[in-house]
Amino acid sequence: MPPLLEARGIVKRYGALVANDHVDLTVAPAEIHALLGENGAGKSTLVKILYGLVQPGEGAIAFEGRPVALASPAQARRLGIGMVFQHFSLFEALTVAENVALSLPAETPMATIEAEVARLSAAYGLPLEPRREVWRLSVGERQRIEIVRALLQNPKLLILDEPTSVLTPQEADRLFETLERLKAEGRSVLYISHKLDEVRRLCDRATILRAGRVVAACDPRVETAASLARMMVGADVGEVRTAAHEPGAVRLAVSGLSLAAADTHGTALRDVALDVRAGEIVGIAGIAGNGQDELFAALSGERGSAAGSVVIDGSAVGAENITARRKRGAAFVPEERLGHAAAPRFTLSENTLLSGHATNGLVRGGFVDRNAVSGWLQRVIKAFDVRMSGPDPEARALSGGNLQKFVVGREILREPSLLVVAQPTWGVDAAAAATIRQALIDLAARGAAVLVISQDLDELFEISDRVAVIAGGRLSEAVPARSLTRGEVGLLMGGIHGEAAA
Amino acid sequence: MGLFEAILLTVVTAATPLLIAALGELVVERSGVLNLGVEGMMIVGAATGFAVAILTGSALLGVLAAVAAGMAMAALFAGLTLGLAANQVATGLALTILGLGLSGLIGRDFIGARRDPMAKIVVPYLSDIPVIGKLVFAQDPIVYASVALLAGVWWFLFRSRAGLVLRAVGESHASAHALGYSVLKIRFLAVLFGGGCAGLAGAYLSLAYTPFWSPGMTAGRGWIALAIVVFASWLPLRVAIGAYLFGGVTVLQLHAQAQGLGIPSQLMSALPYLATILVLVLISAGRRGSQAPASLGTPFVPDR
Repeated sequence: MPPLLEARGIVKRYGALVANDHVDLTVAPAEIHALLGENGAGKSTLVKILYGLVQPGEGAIAFEGRPVALASPAQARRLGIGMVFQHFSLFEALTVAENVALSLPAETPMATIEAEVARLSAAYGLPLEPRREVWRLSVGERQRIEIVRALLQNPKLLILDEPTSVLTPQEADRLFETLERLKAEGRSVLYISHKLDEVRRLCDRATILRAGRVVAACDPRVETAASLARMMVGADVGEVRTAAHEPGAVRLAVSGLSLAAADTHGTALRDVALDVRAGEIVGIAGIAGNGQDELFAALSGERGSAAGSVVIDGSAVGAENITARRKRGAAFVPEERLGHAAAPRFTLSENTLLSGHATNGLVRGGFVDRNAVSGWLQRVIKAFDVRMSGPDPEARALSGGNLQKFVVGREILREPSLLVVAQPTWGVDAAAAATIRQALIDLAARGAAVLVISQDLDELFEISDRVAVIAGGRLSEAVPARSLTRGEVGLLMGGIHGEAAA
Repeated sequence: MGLFEAILLTVVTAATPLLIAALGELVVERSGVLNLGVEGMMIVGAATGFAVAILTGSALLGVLAAVAAGMAMAALFAGLTLGLAANQVATGLALTILGLGLSGLIGRDFIGARRDPMAKIVVPYLSDIPVIGKLVFAQDPIVYASVALLAGVWWFLFRSRAGLVLRAVGESHASAHALGYSVLKIRFLAVLFGGGCAGLAGAYLSLAYTPFWSPGMTAGRGWIALAIVVFASWLPLRVAIGAYLFGGVTVLQLHAQAQGLGIPSQLMSALPYLATILVLVLISAGRRGSQAPASLGTPFVPDR
C-alpha cells in the first residue's frame, strides 16, 4: 500500500535556528503514528508545515502519492488533513456550533451544523451541547469540540498535538477509544506526545526528532519507555533518587481557606485544609483551572486571606504580603515563568533582585549591591547549570528549561524552610526536569517543607510523599502517594469526592 | 407642535450622529481593532461633506464625499496599525489630531457659507399622527439610515456568517488565522466600515444638524461614541440605548437650564455623561456576555 503522507527533506529556518533539518516522515493508511521529541525538537514546526500554517524552506510533500503544496490550512483540510491543536484554537465567547461553523464552508446552515455535531458526538463517543458557550466548558469538552470540528471535514489524516497533557486518565482513555475507532475506519492519526507509555500503548509507528533532525523511526511497541527516552534525549535520563526520611514538625498549615475566584475563568477556593511537614513533599494534582491559581496566590500572599487560614512555622500569615512571608523563610515559584516568575525584559541579575531583595542581602541602605546580586546569580547559574548566551541576558532570551532552572534555583539557593512551587517542570526537557525534581527532593531532605502543585501525575507520583487532589476549588485529603492509584487520583480530578479517597 | 414633541425631535437629532459613529466603531472593535480616531474621521467627514455639498449643490454628493473621506482616514489608520503593526492607541490619537487640523484646511473657504438643511422625507398622512407622527415619519434620510444601520449591524454580527467570522477574529486572531481566515483583510474592511460611519456621522452634523461648517464642530462627539461602545459592552442594541439616552439627557438638561433651576450649569452639562455611564453600567452589570473582544487592541503579525 502506498503511504498516505510522505514528507521528504523538509527544512525550515527561523533566522539562525534550524527548526527542521531535512526531516523525512511517512505515515501509512490506517496507522496511528507517533511524533516524539523534546520541547524544541521541531515537532510543532513540522506539523504546522503539514497543516499548511507554515511554509517550509525546502522539501517536498506527497499526499496519497501525489505531490502537493500546502499553502494554507484551508487547502490542507480540502485534501483531508485535520488538526487538533495543543493550545486550543477555540473562540471562548462563541458557542460550540459557532466554533464548528467557522471551520466549515460558508454555505452550511446552522441547523445542519448542529445536527452533524450531534451525530458525530454520538458516533465517536464525544458528548457535546452545540449551543453552550465555550468558556463554560471543561478542557476535555473543549478538546472534543476540536476533534469533532476536525472530523466534520472527514479527514484521512488527523494530527493531534499533545492531546492528553490536559486530560484526566479517564478522559485520556476515552480519547484513545475514539482514536482506535478512527483507525478502524481506515483513517490515520499523527500523534504528538511526551508521554511514552501512552505512545507505546496506542501507536503503530514512531518517528523521533531531536534538535530538528529525525534520529530514529521505530515500532514503539517493541521499545521500552527508557529506550524511547534515550533516543529523544540522546543520553540516558538520570533516575531521580528519593531518600527515605521522617517528616518533622508542621511548617505550613492551611485551614478553612476560602477565596473568591480571581476572574471569570477562575475557581473559588472552598474551605481548603492542608498540612505540610518539614522534610516532606506534598503534591497537589488537578486539571488546570480548578483553583490552583487561587491556591498559589493565597499561599504566596499575592492575595490576602483570613490571618489564621495560612500558618507558616506557627505564625498566622494569611494577611501578610509576599515579602513578609519570604522573610519568614518561605519561597514561591509560580507556574508561568515568563511574566510571573521572571520579568521578560529584565536581565537575570535584575530578576534575581526581584524575588531576593528583602532576604538575600542584596540591598544595603536602600542601594542595590551589584556585586552581591551578580555573585548570587553566578551561584544559581553554577548550581543549576543554567545555559545562556552572554553573561547576563534578558530573561526572555533563555530557553524554557534554562529559565525554569533559573527561577527554581533562585528560590532553592535561599535554603527556604517552605517552598511552594507550581508546575515545576511544565514544558521543560527531560534533562532539566530531572535536575529540578532532584533539587526539590534534596531540599526536602535538608528539612524544608515542599508543596508542589502540578498537572503532571507522573511527576507527582515520582517525587511526592503525599498527594492531594484539587477539583472545583476543593482539596481532598492528602494521602501517602504509595497508597494511591492513578485511577483513584483520576476520579478525584474529575471532581468525584469521597468515594475514591475513602 | 407642542414642547414635548419638539424636545423629542431634538433628542433624535442629538442622538443620530452618536449612534452612527458608535455603530461603526462597534464593528471595528468587534474585529479586534481599537480606533481612537473617531473624532478625527468624523470632523473630516463633516468638513468634506459640507464643502462638496456647497460646491455641487447636492446633499447626496456631500454625504457620499463625507463617507469617502472618513474611509480615507480609516485607510490611513489601517495601513499603519494593520500593515505596519503600529500601536493602535497612539495611531488613533494621532488620527484625531490630524483630522482636526485637516478639517480646518478643508473647511477654510466655507466658513460662513450657509445652505438649507437636508430635506426631510415626509410620509403623507402618517406624519400627521399626533406626537409620534413627526418623530417617526418626517425625518431626514440620515436618521432613517441610522435605524437601518442599527438593524443591519445587529443582523450582520449575530445572524450572518461574515459577522461570525468577524467576531471570531476579534476574539482570537491567532485561532482565526489557524483556521485559515485572513485576519488583516477582515480587520481592514471593518476599519473602513468604521471610517465610513464616522464620516456619515460628520455629514449629519454639517448637513442636517447645524447646516453650516465651523471648525471643531464635532465637539467631542467622537469620544462620546467611543465611550458608548465600551459602556454598551459591544452590543448594538445597547449602543442605541446609550446614544439616545445621551442625546435625551443632553436636550433635557438644556431645557432644565433654561427654566433656571438654580443648579450650576457645569453640573447640568455633566449630567448626560453621568446618566449614560450609570445606566449602561447597570444594564451590563453581572453579565458575562458583556466582555471586550479578547484580542481588542493587540496587533496581529502572522508567523511565516
